[in-house]
Amino acid sequence: MPIIATQPSVRVVTLRIDGQDLSAREDETIIEVCRENKIPIPSLCWMEGLSVVGACRLCMVEVAGQNRLLAACATRVAEGMEITTNSEKLQRYRRTLVELLFAERNHVCSVCVSNGHCELQWLANSCGVDHVRMPYRNHGYAVDSTHEMFRVDHNRCVLCTRCVRVCDEIEGAHTWDVMGRGSDCQVITDLAKPWGDSDTCTSCGKCVQVCPTGALVKQGTSVGEMVKDQHFLPILARRRSAR
Amino acid sequence: MSAQPEATAASSKAAHPTPDTQAPLGTATNSSGNKVTVATIWLDGCSGCHMSFLDMDERLVELAQKIDIVYSPLVDCKTLPEQVDVGIIEGSISNEEDLHKAKLFRERCKLLVSLGDCAVNGNVPAMRNAFKLDNVYERAYLENVNIHPQIPTQGVPALLQTVLPVHAVVDVDVFIPGCPPQADTIHYVLSELLEGRVPEPLRMTRFGA
Repeated sequence: MPIIATQPSVRVVTLRIDGQDLSAREDETIIEVCRENKIPIPSLCWMEGLSVVGACRLCMVEVAGQNRLLAACATRVAEGMEITTNSEKLQRYRRTLVELLFAERNHVCSVCVSNGHCELQWLANSCGVDHVRMPYRNHGYAVDSTHEMFRVDHNRCVLCTRCVRVCDEIEGAHTWDVMGRGSDCQVITDLAKPWGDSDTCTSCGKCVQVCPTGALVKQGTSVGEMVKDQHFLPILARRRSAR
Repeated sequence: MSAQPEATAASSKAAHPTPDTQAPLGTATNSSGNKVTVATIWLDGCSGCHMSFLDMDERLVELAQKIDIVYSPLVDCKTLPEQVDVGIIEGSISNEEDLHKAKLFRERCKLLVSLGDCAVNGNVPAMRNAFKLDNVYERAYLENVNIHPQIPTQGVPALLQTVLPVHAVVDVDVFIPGCPPQADTIHYVLSELLEGRVPEPLRMTRFGA
């Protein structure tokens, strides 16, 4: 059944992205316009169907007349905007950001259940990360396998908070949240109880599917076996907003 | 011959100070008129990268017309010559011997290649880094041993506190991620180097490939 969303009267603006003249609805963000027009911008925390946090900074772009970089996911388009998505400076920053993610926790791809199906791995390749220039932190984090279906390995977590948002905004359970600051920051279930003891978790598995890395996975998966399916998200999100 | 392999040093920490860095590698012969000399070494890894090297199969014959493997676990010669064109390192830096050998390779090789994830990012050997070295020793040599539990100190190199990727101890010119990198990837990189071009290994491989 097609969903007919009521169309509010929105204006259309014209803008220029990487020298390309485009038009967009004024309530759209830069990253949405780029995705529609097949202009590649790397992103990690942004996901169609979830709210915007602008945490990973990978989608930063240059906007003419602005003396700072702007996150494409958190910036609305405006009339006459001139945007550069792939300058040498942006490439340098993005590469550094991805390297820092690799240096922060344990992301040994060769033994990861998500090997070959991992967004961080793809980002490393698209940003030209063939090695990490910073020293690795080498800090061990916990693995929680108490849930009968799923597992969280904090060593693989990049703190994108997709799990937190999908649990709250789509499933409506709000099992996941964030605790701690700096390098101690981690995602938690309920009030930092073991996942298996959670009273709120519905075991729907949406958090596992949206997780970009091997941090949230199904139990019983071996190296490279954890393939995620995120097709449900835009559909559920549209149904939800049309309700 | 304008594209010199040394240009890849731009992606490393800094151009290394070897005096011969200007010598082009882009011919099947080096300055002394012989084939391009290649040395390979197996540090802390599983030898899978060397197996992958052998996996080039019949292409090895064609390669053997252009390169001379002067030092490697794959050949008999066990002394690293004073000067080598290309050095290929498999494995991470986990003990004092690895450290010494990596430095020796940097000293004697014009171009240094990190082959495989262990050399590039520490990979599996580096997973012990989350633990204290004393605990690692105890776990391996005391807790899990039934007969004569003892921590070896004689005749074996001491382990470093942390396992490091090769580029953490010496400058590296070319990085080939992969666990192991496929034979096609290794063939591509060597062919590009022999043609005097700068290889782009990420077109063929990735971490964990």
